[in-house]
Amino acid sequence: MPRLVSHPDEVKIVSRRFGQGAANIDRYIELGGYESVKKCLAQTPDWIVNEVKASNLRGRGGAGFSTGMKWSFVPKQSPKPKYILVNGDESEPGTCKDHLIFLHDPHAVIEGTIIAGLAVGAKTGFIYLRGEYRYLLEIVEKAVADAYARGFLGKNIFGSGTEFEIVTQTGAGAYEVGEESALMESLEGKRGIPRIKPPFPAVVGLYGGPTVINNAETIATVPHVIATGAAAYAELGTPRNGGTRLFCLSGHIQRPGVYELPMGYNLKKMIYEVGGGIANGNQLKAVVPGGSSTPVLRPEEIDIGMDFDQVGKAGSMLGSGGVVVIDDHTCIVEFALRTIGFYQHESCGWCIPCREGTDWLQKSLTRFHAGFGKAADIDNIQYLAENMLGRTFCPLGDAAAMPTIAFVKKFRKEFEDHLSGKPCPFAREGVPQLTVA
Amino acid sequence: MSPETLSIFSPALAARFDALVSNYPVKRSALVPMLLYAQDEVGYLSDGVIAEIARRLGLTELDVRNVASYYSMLRFKPAGRYNIQVCTNICCMLRGAYELYDRFQEELNIGPHGTTPDGLFSLEEVECIGACSWAPAIQVNYSFHDELTPDLVAGILADYRAQAGVPTDRSSSVGWKAQAERTKEHA
Repeated sequence: MPRLVSHPDEVKIVSRRFGQGAANIDRYIELGGYESVKKCLAQTPDWIVNEVKASNLRGRGGAGFSTGMKWSFVPKQSPKPKYILVNGDESEPGTCKDHLIFLHDPHAVIEGTIIAGLAVGAKTGFIYLRGEYRYLLEIVEKAVADAYARGFLGKNIFGSGTEFEIVTQTGAGAYEVGEESALMESLEGKRGIPRIKPPFPAVVGLYGGPTVINNAETIATVPHVIATGAAAYAELGTPRNGGTRLFCLSGHIQRPGVYELPMGYNLKKMIYEVGGGIANGNQLKAVVPGGSSTPVLRPEEIDIGMDFDQVGKAGSMLGSGGVVVIDDHTCIVEFALRTIGFYQHESCGWCIPCREGTDWLQKSLTRFHAGFGKAADIDNIQYLAENMLGRTFCPLGDAAAMPTIAFVKKFRKEFEDHLSGKPCPFAREGVPQLTVA
Repeated sequence: MSPETLSIFSPALAARFDALVSNYPVKRSALVPMLLYAQDEVGYLSDGVIAEIARRLGLTELDVRNVASYYSMLRFKPAGRYNIQVCTNICCMLRGAYELYDRFQEELNIGPHGTTPDGLFSLEEVECIGACSWAPAIQVNYSFHDELTPDLVAGILADYRAQAGVPTDRSSSVGWKAQAERTKEHA
C-alpha cells in the first residue's frame, strides 16, 4: 500500500479524503460526496462550464490547458453521441498521483465525470486505467457498481430524469496511449497510434463523436471546484493557475511522497522543507520539475513558483507534477540515457522523427556512457534532438527531445568528462553499469 | 457442435466477454481488455486464444495480432506463475532499482527476462509502473511491492513460494541460488 505523507504547508483539496475510507460510497457521501453533482443538476450546462472556466482549473495531465475552455469547444448540437473520456493511463515517469486518487477517492472521479457529462451534454463516460493498475481498476469498478445501485448512474440519475452511464476500461501497457487521440484509438480496439489533428477531439473524437478528454486528477478536482465555488478555488493558486495540485516528490529526496500544494508553491521550498531536503546528506545536482519529459533544472534555477506560467518562463514545464530530485552522486549522462531508453521503448513507431530519433539518441548515449564517445557526439546528440522537436504527430517526440537537449546544454561538462578515457566518472564499485533492455 | 462449445475460454471468461461487448457502441472496443483478461486466464496469448478472440469479435487473426503486438503487457509466450516486473525507470533507478534487479537475478539464478526451471518465477525489467514516490517498486503479476531494498528480495520470494505451496523456510534469508547450491553440495 503506497504510504501517505503530509506536511503543514499542504492545502488538501483533491487529497482531502485520502486515507479516510472514501472508496466506500457511504463514507464518500458522509464526507460531502455527490453534493456537487446534485448542485449541477439544478443548474444549466453553461453555468457549469463558466464555473469551471472561472476557477482557472488547468489540465493536470501535463499540457495545462484550461479545463472550462476545453469543455466549451464541444458543440451544443451534435448528430453523433458525445463522450467524456477520463485519462487514467498515468505513465509519465515521476508521476503517481492518479494512483492515489483511484485508490482513495474513486467516487470523486465518478462524480467529476458525471459533472463533465452534464456540462457538455454527454450521456456516456469512459474511465480508462493503465493495464498495470488492475487492483485500482477493481476499486473503480466496485465504486461504479455502487453508484449504479444507488441510482447515481443509469437512466435516471438522482431522480432527475437525466441519463448517464460510466464504462471502465483497462489498457494493456503503453505510455503512448496517454496521448489523447492514441487513447481513443486504444478504446476503439486498435493500436495506440495518435491521430492527426485537427480535427480535435472536442469536435471529432471517440467513435467520431465530440469528446472531452481530461486527466483523472482534473476530473477528480471538478467536484471540489463546484463545492468550493470557482472564485474561492481560483484564489488558492496564482493568476491563471487556479487551485492546488498533487506534486509527486521522488528520487533523492528525504521524504518522498505525494503532497498537495497550492499552485505557485516555491520549488526550492518544496524540496528542502516539504520534502526534507536531499537524502543521505548529499548535495542537489538537478531537478526534473514535471515528469521525465520536462527539461531539467539546475540548482540555481529552482527558486521559482510551481505553476504553468512560471515554470514555463524558467525554460521548463510544470507537466504532470512529477518532481524528480537528483543528487550530486548521479551521472547525468546515465540519467539521460535511461530517460531516452524509456522513450525509445515507448515510441509507437508511427512517425519517423520519433521512431528513428529516439533510437539513435539511445545508441549515441549508450556508446557515450560506455566510454566510446567522440567530442562531436555531444553536438550530434543535441542536433538530433533539436530536429525532432515539433516534427512528430504527437508530443512523444518532443517529450523525448526536450529533456535530452536540456541535459546536454545544462550539463555539457559532464558529457565532456566522459571523453577522458574512463567509462563513467560516476561509476561506483559494485553498482552495475546501466544497460537498456 | 456450436462454436461456443469449442471455446477455450472458461464459462466465467466467456461471461465476462459477453458483458464487456455490451458496453460499447462497437464490439471491437472489447479487444484490448479481452486480450489481457484472456492472458490472465490462459497465461499467454496462445494461437487458440487469438483465434477465439478473432472469431468472437468478427476480426481476422492478423488484425488481432496486429493490435496485441503493440501493448507491452501482452505476451505470446508463457511467463512464470509469478511474473516479477522490476521498474528501472528514472525514479526507481535513483533509489537502487538496478541493485534490486540484480538481486532478483542472483536469488532466482536466472538472467534478465528469464524463467526459473520450475516455471514458478519469471523476471523482467519494465518501464514506469506509477509508484515513483514509493520507489524502488516492483509488480508481481498485478501486486505492487514498494519501498524495496535488495535485502527484502529473499523474503518476497519466500512468501510467493509459500503461497504456491512450495516448501521453504520462511525465516531463512538464504536465497534461492544459495539454497540450490547447498542442495547440490549435499547431493
